[in-house]
Amino acid sequence: MTDLASASEVNETGVNITINGVRVVAPKGELVIDAAERNGVYIPRFCYHPRMEPVGMCRQCLVEVDTGRGPGLQPSCMLTVSDDMTVDTESETTKRAQEGMLEFLLVNHPLDCPVCDKGGECPLQDQTLAFGPGESRFVEEKRHYEKPIPISDLVYLDRERCILCDRCTRFAKDIAGDPLIHFMHRGNETQVLTFPDDPFNSYFSGNTVQICPVGALTARPYRFRARPWDLAEVESTCTTCSVGCRVAVQSSRNELLRYEGVDIESVNHGWLCDKGRFGFESVNSDQRLAGPYLRDVNNSDQLVGTNAALEAAATAIGAGRGGGGVGVIGGARLNNESAYAWSKLARTVIGTDNIDAQLADGLSAQMVLSLPRATIADATSADNVVVIGTDLKEELPVLFLRLKGAAQSGRIKLTELSLLVTGLSKHASASHRYVPGELAHAVGELLASNPQLASGSTVVVIGRPSAADFPDEVEAAVGVLTAGLPLATFLPALRRGNVMGALDMGLSPGVLPGRVSLDEGRDWFGSVWSSLPGEVGLDTAGMLEAAAAGRLDTLVLLGADPLADVPDRDLVERAFAGVGSIVAIDNFVTESVKRANVVLASTAFAEVGGTTTNLEGRVSRLGQMITPPGTARADWMIAAELAWRLGGDLELESLAQIWSEIEAVAPSHAGCTLEVVEAEGAIEGVVVPIPKSPDLAGAPSGPASIRWSAPALAEPPSVDGYSLRLVARRKLYDAATNTQMAPSLANLAEQAQLMVHPGELRRLGVESGTRVNVTSSRTTVVLSLVGDAAMPRGLAVMGLRQPGLAASELIDLRAAITELRIESR
Amino acid sequence: MRFFTSENQRLATEIIGRYPKARSATIPLLHLAQEQHGWISDDAMIEVGRLVDATPAEVKGTATFYEMFKFAPVGKYLINICGTMSCQLLGADHLMHHAETKLGVVAGGTTEDGLFTLEHAECQAACTEAPTLQVNYRHQYRVTTESFDQLVDDLAAGNLDGEIPPHGTLGRVRQAIPADKSVGAVPPTEVDGPPVWLAVEGAS
Ligand code: SF4
Ligand code: SF4
Ligand code: FES
Repeated sequence: MTDLASASEVNETGVNITINGVRVVAPKGELVIDAAERNGVYIPRFCYHPRMEPVGMCRQCLVEVDTGRGPGLQPSCMLTVSDDMTVDTESETTKRAQEGMLEFLLVNHPLDCPVCDKGGECPLQDQTLAFGPGESRFVEEKRHYEKPIPISDLVYLDRERCILCDRCTRFAKDIAGDPLIHFMHRGNETQVLTFPDDPFNSYFSGNTVQICPVGALTARPYRFRARPWDLAEVESTCTTCSVGCRVAVQSSRNELLRYEGVDIESVNHGWLCDKGRFGFESVNSDQRLAGPYLRDVNNSDQLVGTNAALEAAATAIGAGRGGGGVGVIGGARLNNESAYAWSKLARTVIGTDNIDAQLADGLSAQMVLSLPRATIADATSADNVVVIGTDLKEELPVLFLRLKGAAQSGRIKLTELSLLVTGLSKHASASHRYVPGELAHAVGELLASNPQLASGSTVVVIGRPSAADFPDEVEAAVGVLTAGLPLATFLPALRRGNVMGALDMGLSPGVLPGRVSLDEGRDWFGSVWSSLPGEVGLDTAGMLEAAAAGRLDTLVLLGADPLADVPDRDLVERAFAGVGSIVAIDNFVTESVKRANVVLASTAFAEVGGTTTNLEGRVSRLGQMITPPGTARADWMIAAELAWRLGGDLELESLAQIWSEIEAVAPSHAGCTLEVVEAEGAIEGVVVPIPKSPDLAGAPSGPASIRWSAPALAEPPSVDGYSLRLVARRKLYDAATNTQMAPSLANLAEQAQLMVHPGELRRLGVESGTRVNVTSSRTTVVLSLVGDAAMPRGLAVMGLRQPGLAASELIDLRAAITELRIESR
Repeated sequence: MRFFTSENQRLATEIIGRYPKARSATIPLLHLAQEQHGWISDDAMIEVGRLVDATPAEVKGTATFYEMFKFAPVGKYLINICGTMSCQLLGADHLMHHAETKLGVVAGGTTEDGLFTLEHAECQAACTEAPTLQVNYRHQYRVTTESFDQLVDDLAAGNLDGEIPPHGTLGRVRQAIPADKSVGAVPPTEVDGPPVWLAVEGAS
């Protein structure tokens, strides 16, 4: 069992102590407050938080402790257990101290509980009731401040309510690394504040609202929306990115109102990023697609019933099946069960292997599925961690927090190799830059100059550095890594929510459910599925090229928006023009959905249960909290209906039954039954594959796992002295539909701009902020050019998908790198 | 535009070099900023943060803890009249009232010519010399209404320029630290044997 004590340093040697007359054994190094709680004695506290260093700020946890020198009051959050210690949390002295502290804390507290969001779930209310004096002797005027002041776009601060516990400020500095809020002034004037005009713009600001023990910090998306006792709650897993943080999903009257982080040891330690935390707004959006429609030849939309839409979709898919082919793009939004249903639908009923959950912006599925996988716990306890490519702070925020924490504590030695300075750079022991197109060579040099990586345990976190570069580069680099570090394990930094579940379920050409290849799995799946496609199909890039060349009749967009996400807008345009028809299944009418002929509405997060899989391969439960809008349906139901109309039968009836089938047929999921996933205490989820117990070692378990071999090392592309190389990076807040449909997040996305080293500005003779013509092999666009000394020379950096202009306009996805020519207008 | 003058910028770099961690220079640099402008502006705190690798919020959090940092312009001469027990008994209230009349401002205010800021202060640790006041933290003892008027007139006339520098000027910042005593010279992690200062002091 994981208990709160594991956050602090505890070793296994026991210490005998007495708590309220009961002899107990506590691990050496455990804090008295934790030891008491573990033994059923709750000591009141405000400042202490098990995931942060104790500070002894509030003194609420004073208890009478005797270590042989007579009893005395000690803050139990600052005191570690020692042999023969006697703790009395109920003595008259303890009681008077705790009552006194509460009376002091309430001296300036406004007690405006009836209009306070925290009322009903407030530690100050609760502990005053349980441990407080009942009445106050303070009759003077209380301290007054302006109520409340925004300290960021998301968080409001009411200084009158603040009890100065230092939780928010400690979180901002120690956990998030964004010390933008701080105690200011002194004594009675002490208050939490930001610097003027420098708001608390942290990607993790929402956590401060959750851990504030009073109603001093409130989150704009939730303010005055509900009282805690009116909220219904279910536990779930955030699917905004592939970290898979554990969340409590709360709603009232069938509307999502709040997500709160749930503390699990293996993933998020209770933290969430703001994008995940406030993303519920997009589920509630009134722009949600509530039912199907068809677009006729005159481009006008016609609302139809579900049956008519399914019929039209089946007709379009059927035409493709009988003719030039069908391709399915997307699926990372789906839960595992729906991903499996679509995998089965494509392979058995439609008869195609053209299916890909990634949008030509990720990593090779074969590579990801064949590499030895690390867990987050491995990565935070390994001797060495090498982060290659991505800016985890922007892409997988809570993984960033975990690695940052491990690096700061000195547990791991972090080495980074990236195109640009990232959020992790300043926490790394060494942070190296490389030039686009030369990753594999840079990895080779890194290994040569860091022989210590080969000794001790090494975890490699690998992502796609820039959507403007050819993904082969990453594969070649991984080839160098696996050759040089044969014992290293890998954490693939793929960004989309359930992309790992989608790949595990076979939403990638040549890959079948359970991490087996189409060829190796042919016999096994041939016996459990009705039929299999003859040959390996096309990936997203291949499908789009086929469509552009008129060789694909039907494209199915499974929650995918290729126009926005595929890093080659020109190709997508040509594909959409060349394809016979498009069937889209989505939550919103995205740019790509607008081009579809048949549109079906599907469920979003919290509208369907099932399971999801994070980047570690951790399978965890999703919770259903609300009903979907209109006639939107779960994606697996849509798959089953389509199969039926196409003359097949997926034989899938419920989420539970689908999971049993997955467990039975997907080799990597053997043993991961619903009972195991749902077992009590399994909030941590279950990492697949589950290691086989020794007595089962000899049992047959389907085909061998996938094989992948690294491509040969390519020559680095030659340098053209006149051009800048484009880096298309991801920012946390961008123009993605789920962000833009959440009003609180939409405005946090920076407008598109091209960033270069100030030296490039001088060379071009333009001022920072000038609008310039930017030309690539694809097109010429107008962008504002901004100088930033953090940018390496020779590179031009832009967000892949910022509002205003997507980098995908400039990129040719078949080119190894993207070169830009910049001219003043 | 840099906040510090080029001379002060050089001094700032030197001050940072005295410490194993740049952050330790926060308060000396705030003093330097206050010396340059007489008070600490937001720009000053932003610049100090940049120099010591702290956020402006952290710098402000540290700075606002201390009474001697001022966050709005103060006069060239800051007059603090003590109002604690001994001075109180020996006429501090009367002195304050007189000072307010003489300067034409109430406690906390600054004269229109920008020369004087009048403040009430707590114990200045000179009870035997009550009533006391400080001008830019330089003590004046057994102050009477007459000696107060004389003091103000002398300050205004520039007669005391040699003794009382403008508000913000602090000797310590300028203190030169011999290279072998500067902590930054040898990062603490690399020190073996007794600290340098001990060796030096012990030798004398
Ligand atoms: S705002 Fe809340 S978390 Fe922050 S110090 Fe005040 S009471 Fe503590
Ligand atoms: S890090 Fe990812 S999984 Fe965690 S809260 Fe943020 S978006 Fe959700
Ligand atoms: S909880 Fe121990 S001092 Fe605050």
